[in-house]
Amino acid sequence: MLHEPVPNLKKLVEPDRVHRLAYTDPEIFELEIKEIFGKIWVYCGHESQVKKPGDYQTLTIGRQPMVMIRGKDMKVRVLYNRCPHRGVELCGNLKGNAGEALTCSYHSWRFQLDGKVESIPLVKGYDGTRMSLDNPDCSMRAAARVDSYRGFVFASLAPEGPSLPEFLGAAKIAFDDMCDRAPDGEVEVVPYCHRVIQHSNWKFFMENQLDALHPSVTHQSTGAASAWVERDIKQKTGEAPLYYHYLSAFTMSFDKWDSVQTLNYPRGHGILKGYMGLRPDDPDTKAYVAAMYKSYGEEKAEKYLSRDIHHVLVYPYLSVQSPLQQIRVLRPIAPNKTLSEIWHFRLKGAPEAIYRRSLWYYNLVNSPATMINADDLENWTKGQWGLESSGMDWVSFHRDYGRDQENADGSIYSKNGTSEAVMRSQFKAWTEYLTGGK
Amino acid sequence: MAAKKKLALKKVVKKAAKAVKKTAVKKAAKPAAKKPAAEKVAVKKPAAKQSAVKKPVAKKAATKVAARPAVIDTQRAVEQFLYQQSEILDTRQWQSFIDLFTNDGIYWVPITLEQTEWEGSPSIFAEDKLMMEVRMRRVLHPNAWSQAPMWATNHLVSNVVIEKETATEVRVRSRFQLMELRRDTVRHFGGTYRHTLVKSAGGYKIKLQRVDMFNSQAPYDYVLQIWV
Repeated sequence: MLHEPVPNLKKLVEPDRVHRLAYTDPEIFELEIKEIFGKIWVYCGHESQVKKPGDYQTLTIGRQPMVMIRGKDMKVRVLYNRCPHRGVELCGNLKGNAGEALTCSYHSWRFQLDGKVESIPLVKGYDGTRMSLDNPDCSMRAAARVDSYRGFVFASLAPEGPSLPEFLGAAKIAFDDMCDRAPDGEVEVVPYCHRVIQHSNWKFFMENQLDALHPSVTHQSTGAASAWVERDIKQKTGEAPLYYHYLSAFTMSFDKWDSVQTLNYPRGHGILKGYMGLRPDDPDTKAYVAAMYKSYGEEKAEKYLSRDIHHVLVYPYLSVQSPLQQIRVLRPIAPNKTLSEIWHFRLKGAPEAIYRRSLWYYNLVNSPATMINADDLENWTKGQWGLESSGMDWVSFHRDYGRDQENADGSIYSKNGTSEAVMRSQFKAWTEYLTGGK
Repeated sequence: MAAKKKLALKKVVKKAAKAVKKTAVKKAAKPAAKKPAAEKVAVKKPAAKQSAVKKPVAKKAATKVAARPAVIDTQRAVEQFLYQQSEILDTRQWQSFIDLFTNDGIYWVPITLEQTEWEGSPSIFAEDKLMMEVRMRRVLHPNAWSQAPMWATNHLVSNVVIEKETATEVRVRSRFQLMELRRDTVRHFGGTYRHTLVKSAGGYKIKLQRVDMFNSQAPYDYVLQIWV
């Protein structure tokens, strides 16, 4: 156990390797909850999730139970989901509509949809005490800061700190890319998500997302199985649906994966460039491209359609796959337990066929019956066990160490896509968060 | 070795079928003794109801329920079909599972009860026969890493209700319980099966199997690797 977290933390992270305790130690995890998740901008949901006044979605930020709720003034707020009186949870479901007001199930304190106390039974009982109705302590507390970017709502529990655009930095492109691909310039959430528990530290997931060496190993069985069926269909009918390619593409050769570049930005954000070739020449795509040309003109539409992104990481908890309109959100629970929520979006103004095509990817890769993540989850579980053992103390991130290069915009890249520059960059950010840059 | 295993499994299934036949005959003997007339009718007019179960079992069903209304006959045949599907899953006969479906058959596990179409909204499983083949080939691949740990399932099917029967189709609703062993832990699942069965010369075939998991919207602790 680390009893002096800050000085010891620095000893845990070296430029080319990290001590296993970073993944397993309960005190470090608590520090992450406090110093990272308790301060940064955390994704709460999309505005289209709460369309009408009273619509709500509950979530956790770090360990805090929160509720994203639309008020009668149509403003979306993020409030602590607890009664200011005795702490009882107010919105009892994952999502729903609160009606005219929120009522506590314990002593019937009532709150307006903006969190302000509306009534307390036998309120004269509080006469002469400091808990009068005009005391803000009688109302629900709001997250210190709430902001949104292109319909995506974020909250920060810290009153001070970088603004949302500052926090997102270069990773902002994730939301631009997704929304720009919609002929109407915005997306709409599909109202239910896949939720899967990972029995591993949240860092396994974040590192895995830009780990270009693992797919052809980890996903070999599914890639090979899909390639076999894809070939069979092609032989019989000439063309196979794109979703077989979604799966078979995982088993590209090591060399090909090595040529897929990653870009690593300050704060641990990152981009994995495209590799799947998601623009086939079929009637559905043609109709979609035509709709894009109509909305933006050819030049702009082509710029939007040819952005070279597979997915974007918003460190330390979000993976946005903008060309396939999905978002994976991590909610860390314990050093060895992480909840992932995977949301899907529709491109407003795009043909239904485009949504359905991306839906195949969403289901095949993320559903609770996925043939892809099944093997990732297995790796991370086994990895977690290994790091909990004292067999060895150091986790190696030496691949292409010393050969990282820097772009003019401050991003770190490597000529080799399989470089562990990704992990080195993420741990640099992690150390800065936990030590406050000291 | 795999072939040997399969053969052994076949034997087990055959044995089970024999046992079923034996008890069925025993049970059938009683009412037959009381009502010989009914038995005669049975011999003259074997029930024409379809069944996908193996021949001896089908024969048994025909003799046994002869005197009963046709609806009970269908009920038994359908139940036998559901039991056999469970057995196929629990004995890991993946190709036999796929073969239970019509060529355009669909296996579908939606997220919510409100969903009505297998395509066009998020699902846990949404598979035609070709995607089922991908799943089968994947789990049989030597490097299907997550298949390495000890794994077994145990299905129970019950509460079988025939919702609708036409000349060509039967729509059946049932409830299932599934226990799954993985590594050293057991997971529990349950829910509703909704089978749309097509009558064919070879017995029932599944046109659509809809599975509503009762915990479909709760977080999944790890994932499901094979059909429920």
